[in-house]
Amino acid sequence: MTRDGFDKSLNELQQEILRMGSMVEEAIRLAVQALSTQDSALAEKIVDGDDVIDDLSNQIEDDCIRLIALQQPLARDLRVITTVLKTVTDLERIADHATNIAEIVQRIGKAKLIKPLVDIPKMAGMVQSMVRDSLKAFVDRDVEFAKATCCKDDEIDKLYEDLFIELTGFVMAGGESERVVQALNLLFVARFLERVGDHATNIGERTIYLVTGKKEKY
Amino acid sequence: MDLKVKAQQFNLYYGNFQALKEINMEIFPKTVTALIGPSGCGKSTFLRSLNRMNDLIDTVRIEGRIILDGNNVYDPKTDVVALRKKVGMVFQKPNPFPMSIYDNIAYGPRVHGIKDKLRLNELVERSLIGAALWDEVKDRLQSPALRLSGGQQQRLCIARLLAVEPEVLLMDEPASALDPISTGKIEDLIGELKKNYTIIIVTHNMQQAARISDHLGFFLLGSLVEYGLTEKVMTNPERKETEDYLTGRFG
Repeated sequence: MTRDGFDKSLNELQQEILRMGSMVEEAIRLAVQALSTQDSALAEKIVDGDDVIDDLSNQIEDDCIRLIALQQPLARDLRVITTVLKTVTDLERIADHATNIAEIVQRIGKAKLIKPLVDIPKMAGMVQSMVRDSLKAFVDRDVEFAKATCCKDDEIDKLYEDLFIELTGFVMAGGESERVVQALNLLFVARFLERVGDHATNIGERTIYLVTGKKEKY
Repeated sequence: MDLKVKAQQFNLYYGNFQALKEINMEIFPKTVTALIGPSGCGKSTFLRSLNRMNDLIDTVRIEGRIILDGNNVYDPKTDVVALRKKVGMVFQKPNPFPMSIYDNIAYGPRVHGIKDKLRLNELVERSLIGAALWDEVKDRLQSPALRLSGGQQQRLCIARLLAVEPEVLLMDEPASALDPISTGKIEDLIGELKKNYTIIIVTHNMQQAARISDHLGFFLLGSLVEYGLTEKVMTNPERKETEDYLTGRFG
């Protein structure tokens, strides 16, 4: 075996992606927790923490560019690095969505919630495991697991649709403007979580490409 | 599209040693085909088989066929001189003749019987233009070719080839002895030449193969392990051996 140094760098790159993945997953978890508990202080922490994730994202991107320039990777090595490059963008967007949710938590403040939050935490739990599983599939190079993970996005889309109908119901019912605004804000939260599912699906699709060289859409 | 060159179950032996094993390869006209593989894998031997340069080695024995424009080049009736005019070769190290730039280019046409001065002038100019060297040497055609830089010498060798109006250009690591700027010029030139010629190039520089070739063949231990569109082979090879070689994890 040659290219030990390069192999080590590729491994480190994947470790960094995993580290970023767990930070992002935690951000989503905390954002929804902050929403459920109406904890503005926690929300603020999440907003501040986004810079750390952005820095890590930039660092991983720089590492990819450096490896491309210095190692001139081909074939699978090239696919690993392009997968990392794309994945880092997806993870960064997911973190942005966590921040978006945290900002909504701050906006809602201590106002009474218009409904008990059931589906939103459920969605959050599902997208978190999708993010985790998509990264696991990537690290394990497990195409079947990646496909199974991508398929879970359908359930999330379904939950989003249900929430959309329910929350637009509140909007159309009218009444106090604060309630209408909160319904819209919760709709945004649902939308952000739905997007997280899409990004996790992207990561799964990249893993399929990494292993098979084929682009598949889910 | 008609094939320019086709190898059919081609085997080549140096004495008892089999250097090429059952090579089947189809090369399309006006494309660049790069042959890659570790040293001793047979790629240069294959290249030399295409214009029967291996005939010069006594112990060589071949089986199978190399078809050029529909004719087997190993047919006993093949005129080998005409074959090598049609299928010319550029080597790793530039090898200009120890004579003037002009005479280097005019050498081939003169051997093939062209004596007319105007016709020769025209051929020299056209060949040097074709090899992207004209502007650099047009004012000193009578100076010794060996005084040119390495990169210029290599382009001179290409011009010398063009002067006999070939159809297929074989290049055996034509830029490996050149600096990056000269290499860039040779690569640009190859891109230009493929508009009119079929080019088959052996290179150890993977990035070069990626930059210049349309098709890529990977040789290993005398076999053509993988052959396909360069873009495909470089990003997603079918065979593990190719993958290992491209990613430098060979052996």
